[in-house]
Amino acid sequence: MADIHIAGVTKRYGEKNVLDTFSLEIRDGECFTLLGPSGCGKTVLLRLIAGFEPPDGGVIRIDGETVADPASGLHLPPDQRGLGMVFQDYAVWPHRDVYENVAYPLKLARTEPSVLRERTMRAIHLVGLEGLEKRLPSQLSGGQQQRVALARALVPEPRLLLLDEPLNNLDANLREEMRFEIKSLQKKLGVTILYITHDQEIALGISDRIAVMDEHGRLRQTGAPEEVYERPADDFIFRFLGVANLLPVRREGEALYVQGISAPWRGPVPDKAGDILTAGFRPSDVLLEHDNGDDSAGLPGVVCRASFLGAQMDYLIDIAGTLIRAALPAHECLNRNLLFVEGDACRVMLATAQWFEGEIANRGVL
Amino acid sequence: MGNTSRFGTAQFLFALSVGILVAVVAVPMLLIFFNAFWVNGHFNIADVIRVLRQGETYKALLNSLFLSSGVTVTGTLVGTFFAWLVTRTDLPFKRTMKLLFLVPFMLPAFIGALAWKMLLSPRAGYINRLFMDIFGFDGPIFDIYSYAGIILVETMYLFPFVFIQVSGALERMDPTLEESARISGADLFTITRKITIPLVLPSILSGALLIMLYSMAHFGTVAVLGAETGIYNIPTLIYEKIHQSAGSFDSIRTATVLATVLVIAAAFILWLQNRVLSQGRYQIIAGKSFRPSELKLRGWRVPMFVFCMFYIALTIVLPTATIFMVGGLKTYGLPFVSENMTWNNYKYILFEWDLTRDAIWNSVSLGLIAALVTMFAGVIISYVIVKMKVRGKGFLEFLGMLPFSVPGSVIALGVILAWSGKFGINLYNTVWIILVAYVARYMAFSLKANSAALEQVHDSLVEAARASGATMWQALKDIVIPLVRPGMMAAFFLIFLPALRELTVSVLLYGPTTRTIGVAIYTLNEDGETVYSAALAGIALVIIVTGEILIKRLVAGKNNG
Amino acid sequence: MAYIELRQVTKYFGDVTAVDHLNLTMEHGECLAMLGPSGCGKTTTLRMVAGFEDIDDGEIFVGERCLSSKRKNFYVPPEERNFGMVFQAFAVWPHLSVYENVAFPLRIRKLPREEVEKRTKEALKNTNLLDVASNRPDDLSGGGKQRVALARALAIRPDVMLLDEPLSSLDPHFREEMRFEIKDLQRRLGFSILYVTHDQSEAMALSDRILVMRAGVMQQTGTPLEVYGEPNSRFVFEFVGLSSFIEVAFAEGGMRIGDGVYPWPGGVLPASAIRAAGRGLLAVRPFEIEFRNVDGNKGVPGIVTRKVFLGETIDYRLQVGDKAEIRVQKTRRNPGPAVGDNIKLEFPRPHWYRVDG
Repeated sequence: MADIHIAGVTKRYGEKNVLDTFSLEIRDGECFTLLGPSGCGKTVLLRLIAGFEPPDGGVIRIDGETVADPASGLHLPPDQRGLGMVFQDYAVWPHRDVYENVAYPLKLARTEPSVLRERTMRAIHLVGLEGLEKRLPSQLSGGQQQRVALARALVPEPRLLLLDEPLNNLDANLREEMRFEIKSLQKKLGVTILYITHDQEIALGISDRIAVMDEHGRLRQTGAPEEVYERPADDFIFRFLGVANLLPVRREGEALYVQGISAPWRGPVPDKAGDILTAGFRPSDVLLEHDNGDDSAGLPGVVCRASFLGAQMDYLIDIAGTLIRAALPAHECLNRNLLFVEGDACRVMLATAQWFEGEIANRGVL
Repeated sequence: MGNTSRFGTAQFLFALSVGILVAVVAVPMLLIFFNAFWVNGHFNIADVIRVLRQGETYKALLNSLFLSSGVTVTGTLVGTFFAWLVTRTDLPFKRTMKLLFLVPFMLPAFIGALAWKMLLSPRAGYINRLFMDIFGFDGPIFDIYSYAGIILVETMYLFPFVFIQVSGALERMDPTLEESARISGADLFTITRKITIPLVLPSILSGALLIMLYSMAHFGTVAVLGAETGIYNIPTLIYEKIHQSAGSFDSIRTATVLATVLVIAAAFILWLQNRVLSQGRYQIIAGKSFRPSELKLRGWRVPMFVFCMFYIALTIVLPTATIFMVGGLKTYGLPFVSENMTWNNYKYILFEWDLTRDAIWNSVSLGLIAALVTMFAGVIISYVIVKMKVRGKGFLEFLGMLPFSVPGSVIALGVILAWSGKFGINLYNTVWIILVAYVARYMAFSLKANSAALEQVHDSLVEAARASGATMWQALKDIVIPLVRPGMMAAFFLIFLPALRELTVSVLLYGPTTRTIGVAIYTLNEDGETVYSAALAGIALVIIVTGEILIKRLVAGKNNG
Repeated sequence: MAYIELRQVTKYFGDVTAVDHLNLTMEHGECLAMLGPSGCGKTTTLRMVAGFEDIDDGEIFVGERCLSSKRKNFYVPPEERNFGMVFQAFAVWPHLSVYENVAFPLRIRKLPREEVEKRTKEALKNTNLLDVASNRPDDLSGGGKQRVALARALAIRPDVMLLDEPLSSLDPHFREEMRFEIKDLQRRLGFSILYVTHDQSEAMALSDRILVMRAGVMQQTGTPLEVYGEPNSRFVFEFVGLSSFIEVAFAEGGMRIGDGVYPWPGGVLPASAIRAAGRGLLAVRPFEIEFRNVDGNKGVPGIVTRKVFLGETIDYRLQVGDKAEIRVQKTRRNPGPAVGDNIKLEFPRPHWYRVDG
């Protein structure tokens, strides 16, 4: 269990500043996710914390202990930092069986044989691999290998667990299952987790808090998943976290108008000043009705595509030239007779919206 | 890794690697270039050109080019055809056939040449005599002492280079690449022509260049079959210059110029191969593995099978049998009937004759020591190149490329120049000079096997150990070394087995008591002791094949365990 | 007669029956998805239609033409079947340009030069590849390569397209885009699609009808709505979407969960065959479970053990009775209960299956 304190950390590769005076606080016992596009420097930060590379400036403290401080020439090697780490490619040692993989950290720590055996078996149980102790990694599935890596990282009871996109190579079902499992293990053991990913779904599902980074290695927003999702600091975060509909709106006097529609806007009221604004909303924010010619029922739209996805109906709707996506629970559509087909006219209302200043182009909504 | 170590570990390993490569490869090479271009203390390119234009050297260059081109063309055709046959048609017993086509790789080409000389030399060859004496032919039906003869014999032993590459590529190829052509409307012959062959073309070319590289630098076959009619190539002329001219300055210079040409040609071929592989390597490996559709040979199925069996009988069984039979003759030239046969030749060379006993002992001990030394040196150098971040690594990488492009006769010549007292150490006429040359010659194999193994050890495996609490040395001991052990084993055998039958290098370096098996077979044959030569060759074949089989077993056992 | 018809089609691999007397009909212009877990025989079926596998029993007809018949030992080779086909691993030829890849089937058919050019351009245009026509496929992304494969299959203007998991090698982002693109092309050009996939949302979004397979045997066919809404077995229910199951005992006037007896959910009584077993499996979609006030008299009581915010949806896990755990999903706009809350659950659209499957 540990808190992490990162202050003014800089890392250069050649001429390029991958991280520039980067600061972050991770609290004791929380599951913290660094979320950002690939190449944003999140993996570099993880490697600095693990000690595989030294920072060029700044200070890193784990649990109050300074582990890297280039100004005073301090750099604690990774084996003395008391961490557990799980890698994207599992990094399970292929020449050792499951038991030997998991027992290795304890062996290095010269743990007494009876204790070593007991703790190794407990870790193997914890990740549900009992009975497979004698298997070699090549005889395990991807998900099982990932569990071995997790058990190996947990067995020395580290103060901090670093996870580097460990679920990327798993298929969707397994990914979901492992996500819940990591979360419940963390609850059970109380270990601090730093999780690195570019997948916003995993980040939302697993974290107590999320920090979103942009492609230049800058921190954009930190907060609980709901906070970041429902109250994004800017349109970058809004777009990064999921399917993002963007609808430009123009203010004329008291009223608001959408380009190409004569009736005034009746949706959520903007919390931003300015004459040109953009409303951002998720597919689940969209409410649809049949078109009855009544402007008070919402913006007029035309259904361009209707897909039944099982639990949801997915619609692509043209609102005066802007394409937006709407997702409605399929059973509600059935119950309320809201099954649209291509070419149907409809009325679009928004339950909520995020407001951004200026006009932001609607990219890649499909 | 190792970012805090300003002191030695990394630097020490780096310096050691550079030292080994400089001493073993770079210095001998530089001495060759120096001797070739430096005349009387001056750089003199005009004199190099003069040497090259001398009738003898010019002829050797032309011959090398002609012979290696011929072998490349025939070897590529044969190799590609058989590879296609065993992977893409319904030929019977395909698996067995595939293994049989790899057998020529085990057999030393010069022993094959010896056998063919016994069978097809114009006057004494058994087959020619059979036709002349019994069927009343006026002259030999085929004269093996000819360009065609040399090309045919080399083809028999070198075509597996192409066969291995192409059959491997065909087997790994995603079958949907061909299926999508079928569903597009193409029949199987069109697909072979327009899709399959173009897709494996890089493999064909790469195998062809390997044949060319090998054939150009090949000594044995030309030496055995060309001597009689005066056909020589660069390696045999170098041999002649060094041996027959008693080390006169002029002949050494001619040899160094020839060696320089060989190095440049080899480097060019390797560069070409690299380009073929890097530009033309298509990503054709993927997908679910369904068995690819086989071309039904229908009426051709049995004739093709008979043809393959005939080819194997002719190129493997016949020469091997000839070696053993001749080795058991009381006198060379007698017909193979029981009263002419004896076990005494084998007994004599194994237990009684010092010359042959020494040769076997020399080859085995040289092979073992060279394999061990080269294996360990190769691990260290590969580790520095693949895994370490040190300044000046580019230089080491360049040095590491050298062993690949230096043919055997060049190495031998360079070693002579470097280790015959010039730097105060004279190893000439000792086994040590052969050992140094073997290390240089087989360093490429060791680097290849070890760096391939090291590249499999992903950095995260080591980092996972560090994060588990292992120091750098613990991670090396517990993770890296166990994981590269198979690569080291492979390197060991890749060196030990070829070293057992080595001829090109040893023939330039041997002294009165330091003959190797290859040298002994070759010189006995030269001296007209054909029967003893064949008997020793037979014993060599037994040792080599037994070794190969044992190792295959060992490796297979390891993989299954 | 239907446009495509498979009659009693069967395939054995050694002792394993890969496809077991499969009957299937398809109308012209229809998109039918064969959906099932890996190894269920769906790809084998497609390969038999394509002609890559001989059949061990039955017959295959397309447009009244017999393509495969075990009885007559008659097989049209794949190159004469005139289908377009797209493979999972792209299978575009890396040594040919994008243009030449697409032109290949036309050149094989020895069409006149102008016709080859016209049709190749048309196929490239349909797949938005005109700009990269002279590139090598390896310069393109996975999505680009799969587009080349699609264009090549379209070049001969086939009546039938065979698609073998064409999206599963793509990044999730491209997968959705390509899915819509294929659907759009089919609508414009009017060909029939036989589509193989293990991804239920892909099958739902693309096809007019779905055929669910398991261990070589057809389980159910119907429109996506039918298969999703009225699965005829527990296997189909589970395979076509997220599912929650509760094992219940049947009691006087309702179902028993733990110690409580509750009225039949949704007013639907399980079939008598299931009731006769004394126990049954209540199957519901996580999205269709309703939360009710714990003090009300409707529904089954449960306690929230986990609540995860996933962005568009909120995922709940609840304990019902003493051991049953079920999953409930809600869109993020419905504020739901918190972890530890006691609540009642209603199941408006229950399905009943036998406990033993």
